[in-house]
Amino acid sequence: MADAVLTEGLGKGFRGKRALDGLDLAVAEGSVLGLLGPNGAGKTTAVRVLTTLLRPDTGRAEVAGHDIVREPAAVRRAVGLTGQHTTVDDILTGRENLVMWGRLYHLPARAAARRADELLEQFGLTDAADRRAKTYSGGMRRRLDVASSLVLAPRVFFLDEPTTGLDPRNRGEVWAALRGLVAGGTTVVLTTQYLDEADQLADRIAVLDGGRKVAEGTPSELKSRIGGDRVDVLVRDAADLPAAADLLARAASGPVEVDAALRRLSAPVRDRVSALTGVVRALDDAGLPVEDIGLRRPTLDEVFLHLTGKQAAPATTEEIGVPA
Amino acid sequence: MTTVITTAPADGGALRWTLSDSWVVARRDLLHWVRNPSVIIASVAFPAMFVLLFGFVFGSAIVVPGGGDYREFLMPGMFAQAMVNGAAATVATVAADKARGVTDRFRSMPMAPAAPVIGRSVADVVNSVLDLVVLVGLGLLVGWRAHGGVAGALTAVGLLLLLRFAMIWVGIWLGLVVSQEAAGLAWAPLFPLTMIANTFVHPSQLPGWLGPLADWNPISATVTAVRELFGNIGPVAAQASWAERNAMLLAVAWPLVIVAVFLPLAVRRYRRAAA
Ligand SMILES: Nc1ncnc2c1ncn2[C@@H]1O[C@H](COP(=O)(O)OP(=O)(O)OP(=O)(O)O)[C@@H](O)[C@H]1O
Ligand SMILES: [Mg+2]
Repeated sequence: MADAVLTEGLGKGFRGKRALDGLDLAVAEGSVLGLLGPNGAGKTTAVRVLTTLLRPDTGRAEVAGHDIVREPAAVRRAVGLTGQHTTVDDILTGRENLVMWGRLYHLPARAAARRADELLEQFGLTDAADRRAKTYSGGMRRRLDVASSLVLAPRVFFLDEPTTGLDPRNRGEVWAALRGLVAGGTTVVLTTQYLDEADQLADRIAVLDGGRKVAEGTPSELKSRIGGDRVDVLVRDAADLPAAADLLARAASGPVEVDAALRRLSAPVRDRVSALTGVVRALDDAGLPVEDIGLRRPTLDEVFLHLTGKQAAPATTEEIGVPA
Repeated sequence: MTTVITTAPADGGALRWTLSDSWVVARRDLLHWVRNPSVIIASVAFPAMFVLLFGFVFGSAIVVPGGGDYREFLMPGMFAQAMVNGAAATVATVAADKARGVTDRFRSMPMAPAAPVIGRSVADVVNSVLDLVVLVGLGLLVGWRAHGGVAGALTAVGLLLLLRFAMIWVGIWLGLVVSQEAAGLAWAPLFPLTMIANTFVHPSQLPGWLGPLADWNPISATVTAVRELFGNIGPVAAQASWAERNAMLLAVAWPLVIVAVFLPLAVRRYRRAAA
């Protein structure tokens, strides 16, 4: 299958600072790529370069088969963009916002109005359609913003942190809309700080750090690298930490992290439920009082730390067996 | 998912889309302005305050060269000052669009590339017509009159709007260059520009080196020309400076020079905004 997005050694600097430092990406047509990375990783810069808003210093890129530097107009006809900051116009109503974008996509007035109605309906904004966007909640604004990029189904749709700040219901609505687009053949590149978002939507995930790709794979490939779920234990008495860590290590599939200040232990486990029950029983048998114990998914921080090979930064965290 | 239009409508020629897209943007800018009356009030309140302050408080101490009523002398200066200060509003709105990512969004669209800046300039010209109407009304209230006939008055209004049009491009360029915080201070450099001119007093009454500066200030050319066209001053004295004697020519030339410099700068800057 052809690549909808292809970059080779893409680089962009801001006054000597390398925001992108030789980025290589290939996104198959009709697939979803999640660009994951911490603040300042270069996610927004990558999106801006690929949507022709910034010129790269080095390397090359093609979007929908067009070179981003030599054929920017063709690229703009093929892409949709929802930026990190919403572009919703507060003074206009929701409907007026959508009609305006429709007109700028060169739809005739009637078609723009009809399309606006469809999008309002699809994003659950029909009731608020004739209210000024100033009165919208954060989630409604974000939905309006995404809707305004979908006036024409773009061939390649870039979204920069589309659901940051949304509650789970609103996030679900944005996701559903994206799935519908992908079903229609659109390629999606979305940046996110949420692992579960990439997990839900992306066929492949590329992890960025310092302007370069530090890992890439399907969500399950990446998760298996970090060892899946984690068991967290909060002990009542800090003096019990070493003993509890020993017990936890027996059920763990990786190193146990100790946060002495919070009296907390954390370790990756493979078999979720049996690992959890095993740890509970062992702690109980040893008579170690715990305040809380639970299973959770790895956080982006943990995936990120794991993938970049960097040690956990906080001074309070140390790995068992390595004296502080 | 409901029906999705997947094919972009056929291109109908660059000029057609430039006009149509510019109008869509201008309409949005005008709606902002109509629905946000506080902006209108602010843009009119400031010059109105100046008219009252200079027309009645300081004005009594100012002598008009060759005699004549000070408020007659003052009003053309006020008109021109409002035209120039309008650029501060342009800077603020352009910078706000840039900060909110609207500019980026426009630039990522397959729309006419010049439409956002053209649309902005159209909206601001319409805006300044209203500013002028209010100021003229205020002038009539305080005793200012147009004595030069209809043709003269229309030419005067045309020159004022030409100055405003030129300042819009300075404003768009500045708005794209500076941060949103700095945009709030755009009036600061504009203010002395309108003061070191013949707005309030004749340049010959300004101290030392300020006189020639005021003489050559583009605003002074417009103000002198407008005073002549409205018949607010007598004929320019033979010993007046070259700039003053050729004010009519300069009132056309200066704005054109400003547009020739700042329009391309603004469009270029827009195309690579924040790059
Ligand atoms: N216009 C600019 N001028 C100067 N430096 C910039 C500019 N844009 C980005 N940078 C720098 O480039 C680096 C990458 O920024 P970028 O915005 O791409 O990161 P990001 O991954 O999107 O981060 P975030 O998660 O915070 O949105 C950062 O160090 C940032 O400070
Ligand atoms: Mg970003």
